[in-house]
Amino acid sequence: MTYITSISNIARSQGDPKVLSSGPGSLDNTDRLARALGWFSIGLGLTELLAPRALTRWLGIEGSETLVRAYGMREIGAGIMTLSPDKGLGLQSRVAGDALDIATLLSAMRSDNPKRDNVAIALAMVVGVTLLDIAGATGVKKRQSRSDRPARTYRDRSGYPQGLERARGAARDFRTPPDMRAIPMAANRESRAAAE
Amino acid sequence: MKALVWHGKEDIRCDTVSDPEIEHPRDAIVKVTSCAICGSDLHLFHNYIPAMLPGDIMGHEMMGEVVEVGSGVNGHLKKGDRIVVPFTIICGECEQCQRGNFSVCETTNRNKKLADKVFGHTTAGLFGYTHLTGGYPGGQAEYLRVPYADATHIKVPDSLTDEQVLFLGDIFPTGWQAAVQCDIEPTDTVAIWGCGPVGQMAIRSAVLLGANQVVAIDMLPERLGMAEAGGAITINFKEESVVERLNELTGGKGPDKCIDATGMESHVSLSQPDTLLDRAKQMMMMENDRPHILREMIYVCRPAGVISIPGVYSGLVDKIPMGQAMNKGLTFRMGQTHVNRWTDDLLRRIEEGQIDPSFVITHTVSLEDGPEMYKVFRNKQDSCIKVVLKP
Repeated sequence: MTYITSISNIARSQGDPKVLSSGPGSLDNTDRLARALGWFSIGLGLTELLAPRALTRWLGIEGSETLVRAYGMREIGAGIMTLSPDKGLGLQSRVAGDALDIATLLSAMRSDNPKRDNVAIALAMVVGVTLLDIAGATGVKKRQSRSDRPARTYRDRSGYPQGLERARGAARDFRTPPDMRAIPMAANRESRAAAE
Repeated sequence: MKALVWHGKEDIRCDTVSDPEIEHPRDAIVKVTSCAICGSDLHLFHNYIPAMLPGDIMGHEMMGEVVEVGSGVNGHLKKGDRIVVPFTIICGECEQCQRGNFSVCETTNRNKKLADKVFGHTTAGLFGYTHLTGGYPGGQAEYLRVPYADATHIKVPDSLTDEQVLFLGDIFPTGWQAAVQCDIEPTDTVAIWGCGPVGQMAIRSAVLLGANQVVAIDMLPERLGMAEAGGAITINFKEESVVERLNELTGGKGPDKCIDATGMESHVSLSQPDTLLDRAKQMMMMENDRPHILREMIYVCRPAGVISIPGVYSGLVDKIPMGQAMNKGLTFRMGQTHVNRWTDDLLRRIEEGQIDPSFVITHTVSLEDGPEMYKVFRNKQDSCIKVVLKP
């Protein structure tokens, strides 16, 4: 039982059931990985957005602050998507973003960059996160995809024990209550005129 | 007891919880024999509807046997009675209940002040559906406390199985009310968006009420197959234009009556750019719901037609073409279902063999398998349309 669940129990009335112990749940390891990557993405994005100068200085790519801020926006967007029910799309966008990050870092690995070692560290970290992103995206895709087997058609499930033809209009004895009546349609003007 | 408990987004667990207790003389305790996962439970699963708290018990479609009654139930129920529990909790006495508007009962929402602030005026208390509607524990559990039990129940005969009557608590009267508020006439074409459980019930209701033509719209072959079995002409929106096909089926005039049996989570597709925008805005919390179907219905509906909305919407929607709706003179009917208003009549129709709602059940599992089935149902895997849980 989580801390928040214990607190929310306080808000329940006396006769309401309260959680005593937690059992098996719908969240699996893929969901947990996606959630962790989503929050990581938002954290990294905020850092890139709010402290681009510190990052560019550490990587030896001063002057690229606007690019880092743009990457930060991208990270936040991908993070929000990864935390949403569309987490598969979010993780795929993270993988694409990782490729962009790797390309950018490779371009900073030039021999005249005095911070080459830092770039190498960053590159190793991005490659590691990329592997996690790929694992997450693959896992979510597998978990959410419909089977390759053809869907059952349920064409034998009419729901009418006496058959479809007898069901058509079988409830015409029902009288629509006055408060449920709609505007009479033009197609029924004859019956409307007769009623008037 | 065991219960399916909400712990956060996409996090439902089969927990051990304390047993419910009688709190008020009008309460009863029910031993749940069958309950179901409803499409609208998925909105909670996705955390799209606010005011859920970790520890809330899910479920608003359930039935069982009365095992304890409060002193104020006054003979309306007794131990051993077999009842279906409607998802709307009703007092049966307030002005709205007297009018048959049970889903807006003025008494039963115990968080009335909060609901007054959010909705303007309170609606009825609902089982397992956020603290905005009372925070009442739901019925995906072994036992359920039914408040206002003297009014909030549907007695069912032993001659019918759980599967035949369970859906009297929600999806059957919901589909029925969706069709009834269309005021169907024998010349009508009724178009229904979404062939999930409520859509399937709306299709059968429109057929029973004598619509000339019922058209069902979805993209999943199993759902379209079931819709066809129910007497509907089907449109797969992945394969053909809904607007063109509906116009073709109605001689260019459009359907007289349109039913939105999907609600706030309409399908997102690259071929429909408005759905992409809605999804992005929903993710950024700039819009609560994805109303693509509402837009399409307003566009394609015949002038002076009716738009009926049983699908759940939670809050703010954008880009609704009110100009089209106003100029075409459309009538909008919507709302949570006034369950008890229809159930006597619907129970009779089940007993007479006009309909057997059990056709919609595709999966029956134990309560312990519930968390996994939420995912199967959400991902539309294994041709899943309706899940029944056996506590």
